[in-house]
Amino acid sequence: MLDGIKNLPIVFLLSIIIIFPIQAIAGEGQTKSKLPNLTIEKVMDTPNDHGRSITIIWKKPSFDSSFAIPTGYKILRADSLRSNFDSVEFVPIGKSKSFDIQNIEDGKTYYYRIGYANTEIISNIAGPVQAKGNWFHTGKTTTFVVTILFCALTLGILIFARRGGELYIRPISGINAIDDAIGRATEMGKPILFVPGLGAASDVATIAAFTILEHIAKITAEYKTRIIVPCYAPETMIVAQEVVRASYLDAGRPDLYNDKEIFFITQEQFPYTAAVNGIMLRDRPAANFFLGKFYAESLMLAETGFEAGAIQIAGTDEAIQIPFFVAACDYTLMGEELYAASAYLSKDPMKLATLKAEDWGKAGVIIFLIIGVVVASVFGSDFFIRLLDVNVM
Amino acid sequence: MSTDPGIWLAAILTLCIFSFLYKDNPFYKFVEHLSVGVSAGYWLVIIIRQSLKQTFLDPLIQGQWQLVPGKLGIFLLIFPAFMGILLFTRFSNKWAYIARYPIAMLWGIGVGASIPLSLQNYIIRQLQATMVPITFNSWEDVGSLFIAIGVITGLVYFYFSKEHKGAFGGAAKVGIWILMIGFGSTFGFTVMARVSLLIGRVIFLMKDWLGIIS
Repeated sequence: MLDGIKNLPIVFLLSIIIIFPIQAIAGEGQTKSKLPNLTIEKVMDTPNDHGRSITIIWKKPSFDSSFAIPTGYKILRADSLRSNFDSVEFVPIGKSKSFDIQNIEDGKTYYYRIGYANTEIISNIAGPVQAKGNWFHTGKTTTFVVTILFCALTLGILIFARRGGELYIRPISGINAIDDAIGRATEMGKPILFVPGLGAASDVATIAAFTILEHIAKITAEYKTRIIVPCYAPETMIVAQEVVRASYLDAGRPDLYNDKEIFFITQEQFPYTAAVNGIMLRDRPAANFFLGKFYAESLMLAETGFEAGAIQIAGTDEAIQIPFFVAACDYTLMGEELYAASAYLSKDPMKLATLKAEDWGKAGVIIFLIIGVVVASVFGSDFFIRLLDVNVM
Repeated sequence: MSTDPGIWLAAILTLCIFSFLYKDNPFYKFVEHLSVGVSAGYWLVIIIRQSLKQTFLDPLIQGQWQLVPGKLGIFLLIFPAFMGILLFTRFSNKWAYIARYPIAMLWGIGVGASIPLSLQNYIIRQLQATMVPITFNSWEDVGSLFIAIGVITGLVYFYFSKEHKGAFGGAAKVGIWILMIGFGSTFGFTVMARVSLLIGRVIFLMKDWLGIIS
């Protein structure tokens, strides 16, 4: 009996050495057996994309918290059912139960499986599937419908204008000041500076600026006033030269046109600003026009022009920059007034029709907004909000 | 005081730019021309590397256009390059008119892409954010009402088909006041950001260059 008691520590140690590894092995087996099976529910071409992507959706497994949860899933791919499935992606374990595999070759057939990382457990085979681009983004149907309605409205008003219908546009103070500014520069024998902003030639604000440039250049051609157009982008310079050249031709003074006055400076924001500031102080233009897209340089330009004593007319659709122009310029065309100015000056039925369509659109938006707010407030319904849902993903 | 020539160069150029606050002078002129020259050279390299090499020459040489099925891939690669080359016809008096085609394409694409984007981001999203229930149960509802009134009267101000007279003119006046309040806050916010930029430059001069402050 005493011998037995003496041997107890040895028995205890032996039991630890023998039993624990057995438990560990058994536990490992239990982890393996407890990991739930994986099932791919769907594999498909990623919807509403430009192609080269496949989406895999699997049934989210529920893990027993007492066992080790795998670090992630491995996604396996094969070109055919007879090929080996190679691991192509690793997805960390989380809340996700789907994954978009990118950089897929469009039109090529693939098969997919999914497995737990560092285990042999893998899912059923899913496929065949091919990636392809989509022509229509179903999540943007609302945008599509609104665009179509707007275009139809513009076309309708354009037809009305072409049939001789009168389109009234209210006077905008900044526009009427353009002619006065040019007259002042002519009387003083000083040049006019036209800055078309930092936007690309295809920006709507820059396009509107070109229409105003066309009007200004016609008057400068008639008055023989020098016009300087420093450009930020090379393609803007090309368009500006074309616009001014055409205006001088229209005015019957192609001999006065000098394309060296419409020049490219640089495509870096602050060096461009420094150069334009230098022009304002050295050439001392009597009238400055800042029309187009402007960013952080707006106040620097407007302030320098103010210091140089020029009459200044600015216009931009960059809402954040408008306050600086309002503070430092004589007249400011705010946001849509810039587009309205181009339509107002050109009297082109196409532009007037677009402006009218925008006005009709605004009236529609006001009515829709009032109805939406009333319905949401009185009936607690979000019907109108859901009606406008746009899913860009 | 710093012994780093880079810091000395940056400090001197900073002072040259600041000298413009007094009046136009040769130092400012020098830095103005330097920055224009450096940025023009920098952009030339960027355009050659990113536009010409990465988006045209590399895909052409490496055959990346084959990733798009059919002949569309090679067309998408060659056509824009061809239109770009057409811009150079401006150097010829005889063929200069051809340059108008790529310009027209540029405008068409730009406007076409911006209309749905503007509708989506500036109109549809704004409408959704404005159409919230106003029940006057909290101060938030007062804010929502203010936003709704601001949006409606702001739209009235930008309505060009009717003169701003009578009740319509009154609504437009409310709209422009709300716009001006917004502009005022933007102005103040940006001025503060500019002042912080100035502080940064002054700290650079005092600390990194002169070592006056720690």
